[in-house]
Amino acid sequence: MTISVALPHALTPYASGSSTLSVDDKCSTVADALAAVAAQWPAVTDRILTEQGALRRHVNVFVGDESIRFMDGLATAVPHGATITVVPAVSGG
Amino acid sequence: MSAPRHAPGTALVLVGTTKGGFILSSDESREHWTLDGPHFPGEAVYAVAYDERGGRTRTLMAAQSNHWGTTIRISDDHGATWSGHDRQAIRFPESSGLSLAQIWQITPGYADEPDVVWCGVEPAALFKSMDAGESWTPVEGLLHHEHRPRWMPGGGGLCLHTIVRDPANRDRMGIAISTAGFYRTDDGGATWQARNAGVRAVFLPNQYPEFGQCVHKVVSHTARPERLFLQNHWGLYRSDDWGDSWRDIANGVPSDFGFAMQMHPHDPDTVYIVPIQSDAFRVVAESKLRVYRTRNAGASWEPLTEGLPQQDAYENVLRDALTADTHSPAGIYFGTRGGKVFASASAGESWREIADALPSVCCVKSAVVGAGCA
Repeated sequence: MTISVALPHALTPYASGSSTLSVDDKCSTVADALAAVAAQWPAVTDRILTEQGALRRHVNVFVGDESIRFMDGLATAVPHGATITVVPAVSGG
Repeated sequence: MSAPRHAPGTALVLVGTTKGGFILSSDESREHWTLDGPHFPGEAVYAVAYDERGGRTRTLMAAQSNHWGTTIRISDDHGATWSGHDRQAIRFPESSGLSLAQIWQITPGYADEPDVVWCGVEPAALFKSMDAGESWTPVEGLLHHEHRPRWMPGGGGLCLHTIVRDPANRDRMGIAISTAGFYRTDDGGATWQARNAGVRAVFLPNQYPEFGQCVHKVVSHTARPERLFLQNHWGLYRSDDWGDSWRDIANGVPSDFGFAMQMHPHDPDTVYIVPIQSDAFRVVAESKLRVYRTRNAGASWEPLTEGLPQQDAYENVLRDALTADTHSPAGIYFGTRGGKVFASASAGESWREIADALPSVCCVKSAVVGAGCA
């Protein structure tokens, strides 16, 4: 089984049109999984993380149904076969 | 590269708003305008530029997504198509601990260095591109400036919003930061000195510090590069020695608070501003939408009102939302927080509204196709 990373529509142009990316099941944390995404689709992670590697303020990332902000942040563990979902926060003006 | 869409002589007005970028165009008469956009709908555009060096007809817009960060986009066909960076090319080095928040200024270099472009950003830093905007590196001398830990963000953040160059001395450049003040380099960016003597900081116990002023805009003319004009957070100033000293020139304006300031393209004695009531009430002074003009380098100022609302006007004009084209007579343009764009084809003698319901205007730049950058 692999880990899936589900992208919002706004990020699919930076992943060759794909809305779901597959990364190596050996990734043990969200940070590992995003690093694996960056290796192939760096423009995707540019938009999820700042250049300092922090999660952007108005981006939410879920492992399963739980936001990593309420878990261990980017160090949140990713179970085998899990889905990581990237979602724009409900914000704007 | 796609073909440009506009004939030589076309006046372009590039408008950045909180919800996207727009391009207004007109023939030389500047009577009838066509609105194109929005480009990057939903994204804030705080910096735009037009660059004709090296045979290009390049439009640059800095598009900021509230969610996904800020990217410079490039069009070589007046906005018909946009290329540019999937990668976010302006990036702070990891060692800095800083992350890009906003791009505030894009300034093409000199004509004989067609691939050089400068960029001012938030948090305050200056970036340089040597390949016409494709890739960028920070100017280390400013990035590591000893004053940086004591720079304080203004209402718009800690932004480097103004870049002033000196064609007589390529190693000299000025930048302005809110809230840090005006800085100058004389060695091509290796070192930077605060140049704020005489500029008041009303919000500090020591009102004349070495740095920490909230400079809103600085302009100069290529014919008189040593003479600078400065719109401060309270205060209008002029320097005749490239910022070594400043003196007050708020002679006859209804308020010396304001943001925008623009040099006349052909006359080094003529400058335009838009007086704002106060820092607490950021609308045009006395609820009259007036551009003020000096034609004697600040000895006196005159209101320019024909065609502008003179009662019940509660607009604001931000620091980069007043600009000029290079036609003669010069076109002067400004955009408002209320989403209006006004144009004068007579160097300010009379005005007309050329867009009336845009999103809140952040910046306005103008150029004439075939004539280079305004």
